[in-house]
Amino acid sequence: MTKPFATVVDIASDIASGKTSAVEVLEQHLARITERESEINAFNLVTIEQARATAQQVDADIKASKPIGALAGVPVALKDNMCTRGIETTCSSKILEGWKPPYDATVVTRLQQAGAVMVGKTNLDEFAMGSSTENSAFGPTKNPLDTSRVPGGSSGGSAAAVAAGFAAASLGSDTGGSIRQPASLCGLVGVKPTYGLVSRQGIVAFASSLDQVGPFTHTVADAALMMEVIGGHDPLDSTSLPQPMPSLTSVLGQGVKGMRIGRLTDMPDGCEPEVLARMDAAYVALQAAGATIVDVSLPSLSYCLTAYYLVAPAEASSNLARYDGVRYGMRVETGDLHSMYGATRAAGFGAEVKRRIMLGTYALSAGYFDAYYGKALKVRRLIANDFAAAYEKCDVILTPTSPTVAFPLGDKTSDPLTMYLCDIFTIPTNLAGHAAMSVPFGTGAHNMPVGVQVLAPALGEQTMFRVAAELERAS
Amino acid sequence: MSTPSSGSNPARITAEVVAKVAKLSSLQLSDAELVLMTSQLSGMLDHFADIDKLDLDNVAPLAQPFPLKNVFREDVVVAGLDRDEVLAAAPAAEDGRFRVPPSLGLGEQ
Repeated sequence: MTKPFATVVDIASDIASGKTSAVEVLEQHLARITERESEINAFNLVTIEQARATAQQVDADIKASKPIGALAGVPVALKDNMCTRGIETTCSSKILEGWKPPYDATVVTRLQQAGAVMVGKTNLDEFAMGSSTENSAFGPTKNPLDTSRVPGGSSGGSAAAVAAGFAAASLGSDTGGSIRQPASLCGLVGVKPTYGLVSRQGIVAFASSLDQVGPFTHTVADAALMMEVIGGHDPLDSTSLPQPMPSLTSVLGQGVKGMRIGRLTDMPDGCEPEVLARMDAAYVALQAAGATIVDVSLPSLSYCLTAYYLVAPAEASSNLARYDGVRYGMRVETGDLHSMYGATRAAGFGAEVKRRIMLGTYALSAGYFDAYYGKALKVRRLIANDFAAAYEKCDVILTPTSPTVAFPLGDKTSDPLTMYLCDIFTIPTNLAGHAAMSVPFGTGAHNMPVGVQVLAPALGEQTMFRVAAELERAS
Repeated sequence: MSTPSSGSNPARITAEVVAKVAKLSSLQLSDAELVLMTSQLSGMLDHFADIDKLDLDNVAPLAQPFPLKNVFREDVVVAGLDRDEVLAAAPAAEDGRFRVPPSLGLGEQ
């Protein structure tokens, strides 16, 4: 498919070579924001002044022949759950409205060091809890390809910002599919790296054993470059893996000859026929490129939803205990401390966040722990074991990223469980801590994009990106 | 949310339990919210009963993707966060500390 906007790789190269300037590139993106943002609502905040200052600095550095970073002058957007020093970070929640963090997240620092130009903070489902970006205190984000439809979630603003040409790339966070699903629904590449490959320092925690940061881009090469900038060990994150970031940009041309591609024999129900047709086409394409298709099975797949919707809320109920009206954001004044906690949290959190805090607290509470949280952790072990067995037979596994293309706004908001089913293919990766990415692979119903998900074992990013690059060539 | 199905009925979460969980969660819920929450949590827990049919007796729990170990750094002084900057982001501060309402007594000012 032809890409409607300039890629990260092309922008960086054109700015470095003097073919264009960082200011010129920024103004093109800001013009598109002016034109369509009121319709899309991708951003909670557009940081025009800071962006212009950074772009001017990049141009000055180039003029002075100073060394520049790999992303010098590339406009990027950040999900609004990433701490930016002195710049509002809200998680799309009333409870954090107005909060200006006293430090930058490590990924933000790395983007800055690479010369990227931050254009704004993007909308999300409150505290990253959702699959449609409709659970936001700042209103829903629309899918730029069809504004009657959702962009997916929870990183829907980050996906929409790239799909609408507001930024060349963006960062999201993925706890159960929150990068891959919106990437699929907006026709983008989206990466959920191996747990620990990208620092979580300064990312507002949702479920700490599942959260990872990754990029949204138009192309696989752009995603590889973004990963190389943000990935690698960070001493400030105690779960950061000790190894250096593997090179991804250098493996994209290596093809898939001799690779074993896993095809699920136990596909869950509920996939649109057009999505399944694109999956078939993906297997054919990889086979034509020299790969072998191998049938594999993940018997615990259908139980992942339950495991995830117990583990993630349990961790969230603990992580979100810190929003109590003392250290950040809003406070509802009452006579004593404990009623202040309760009143502040009641007024500050939205319905879905309250629901998950309640569910998590219940699953962890005395008398219910063994029946819910304890059992969910055992199911988590089962899926990890399933993957280990499958990866003895294949190098990667292909699934749809989402069972459906982007659905209409309001379609799934009345029943939380229906919304949770969007994540059936993306959740297992987070439970296992593995790598996965979504690659656009044609269109399905309503001419909306379909994403193919490439699943790889822990630290299987190089193999995963080779497959993704091949799918991109074939699409 | 779908209405609770009749027939097989695993231990259903009650409004009393939901009220207790709300207290544990430091969430002041209205009566209407409690009713809705009871029905929604109940529906979810019914769905989550699917894992009850698995034999998990000899399965070790997995809480983290990879084993965690304590991380140390060299014992050298490094700059912390700027106190004024941190306190400036708080709802109330006084004398270099977070200010909160009284935690004991009836809270009469």
